[in-house]
Amino acid sequence: MVGNPQKDGRSLPVRNTPQGRNVIVSRKVSRSRAGDAFVFLVLAAFGLFMFFPFLYAIIQSFKPMQEIFRFPPRFWVENPTLENYALIPSLVDNLWIPFGRYVFNSVFVSVTGTALHILIVSLAAFPLAKYRFPGSRVYFEIIIISLLFTGTVTALPLYVLMAKTGMINTYLALLLPEMAAPFGLFLMKQFMSIIPDAILEAGQIDGANKMAILWRVVMPNVKPAWLTLLIFVFQSYWNGAGSGYIYSENLKLLPTALGQIATSGLARAGSGAAIAVLLMLPPLTMFVFSQSRIIETMAHSGIK
Amino acid sequence: MADRKTSTLREVRRNWSSYAMLAPFTVLFLFFTIIPIVSAVCLSFTSFDMVRLPRFVGFSNYLRLILSDDIFLTTLKNTLLIAFITGPISFFACFFFAWMINDLPHRVRMLLTFVFYAPSISGSLFVIFAWVFSSDVYGFMNANLIRLGIVNEPVQWLSDPRYMLTIVMTVQIWMSLGAGFLSFIAGLQGIDRQLYEAGAIDGIRNRGQELIYITFPHMGPQLFFAAVMQIGACFSVSTVSIMLAGFPSTDYAADTIITYIMDVGNVRFEMGYASAIAVVLFFMMLLTNQIVRSLIKRVAD
Repeated sequence: MVGNPQKDGRSLPVRNTPQGRNVIVSRKVSRSRAGDAFVFLVLAAFGLFMFFPFLYAIIQSFKPMQEIFRFPPRFWVENPTLENYALIPSLVDNLWIPFGRYVFNSVFVSVTGTALHILIVSLAAFPLAKYRFPGSRVYFEIIIISLLFTGTVTALPLYVLMAKTGMINTYLALLLPEMAAPFGLFLMKQFMSIIPDAILEAGQIDGANKMAILWRVVMPNVKPAWLTLLIFVFQSYWNGAGSGYIYSENLKLLPTALGQIATSGLARAGSGAAIAVLLMLPPLTMFVFSQSRIIETMAHSGIK
Repeated sequence: MADRKTSTLREVRRNWSSYAMLAPFTVLFLFFTIIPIVSAVCLSFTSFDMVRLPRFVGFSNYLRLILSDDIFLTTLKNTLLIAFITGPISFFACFFFAWMINDLPHRVRMLLTFVFYAPSISGSLFVIFAWVFSSDVYGFMNANLIRLGIVNEPVQWLSDPRYMLTIVMTVQIWMSLGAGFLSFIAGLQGIDRQLYEAGAIDGIRNRGQELIYITFPHMGPQLFFAAVMQIGACFSVSTVSIMLAGFPSTDYAADTIITYIMDVGNVRFEMGYASAIAVVLFFMMLLTNQIVRSLIKRVAD
């Protein structure tokens, strides 16, 4: 079942207080030099493995054509150039559909989808986290099991269903399946469970109904949770969840459209790397700026 | 009985606002998760091409799967290899990297968390591996292997069945430090520091003992969560295989059950048969989840 925060010894969100860091220092009692060196080596080796593709993509994106296709190749770029990036607008101009349309699709779908998802997930998470009613436990058990079935696994039967209801090739296909993902509800419910009941009761005495309590009391208290969802959900919309149900050029999202350019022909190899680098920036930047909030939220992601 | 029924009814009526708040998500969840799964089970007993009505065929789709479909068996083998090799590797990588990072100073920890987590949210950046393993002499692997004199001519990394699956698995591992990893980081931060101090007094001497006697038993909830996420991820490998090895790949050597479902369903429109494959996949995932859960239960308790 669900994590009981008191029992886990962490009734409050984790923060990196100065006290916390002092205590880490005192833990050094059970630390050996050899162990430290080993940890350092492993982290360095795997850190390089994880980072290498990013570095390689960035370097390739600054290489002029002659350097990409030269033998023997050099890893580092000798005459860095921006031409791969400068070329993107002209490649984009050759698309059938004005480029702005793809930008609009991506921004519209990501923003609308993320906002609606957080809204309906918060609505559903609140009663599950704070009230007992017939079916509430079973409901959450089903949510936990369904975490297994990612959109990819159910894509085929979903395709049949959406085709029969005329949703294929509409904005609905881009928006709705991702909106129904159970992960957000799971995370939100876990985080809401740790809000002390006393806070809610104070609201109830004021005569506020559940909805009012949710918006006025609960939501401000679970800011880390919805910020975390904001990042996760935005990123999966942005990376093109649901684009498998789209065929028309004018409904395609930015990554799909740019991906088509990137994979079409050697002549565009450099620009392909430039596009890949540009596309990864929004989700990574969002993560960097909200990392602490996300970790704070994930402290409540456990399943009992 | 009747009494219990009426009291449940009364409870339901009393909590109407809870049900109302659950309603919007429930409608979407039913439509996009539950109904697809149920309809896959139903369609798996039919022959269905999306144009004519489904025709009941009993278990013949399942018999065909097991008895006469070599491609299915290949993709099944690939999926199981991915699941049972990359699954545990990713799971333990998530845990051990989180564990190693946990002791470091705040800033270093933030940086390393970012470096390890970044691949899982960088979308299609993994296509850069198509360059690393490019089949011409300009690709990173080939160029360096030739320069070092290990091979004489370029290796066809992404079309030679000997290498394709390994490469897909490597890339999958690269991308797999996602939500489970963050959950471990947060969970480790949340373990009461005093437990470690008490442990040191009780005679715990090194990291290993600390891990076994203090850390593991307190990470149960995170271990369950990461396992679910990892199982979900490694049974649904598809985009990586399609983008790197092609669709379908040479001799289906890098195809997974998912890409085979796409092949049968979205290309050949044999929806009944594709549904049967999907149902087999669902059961494999549920079974794996059950096994892993009971394994973790033993470790964590």
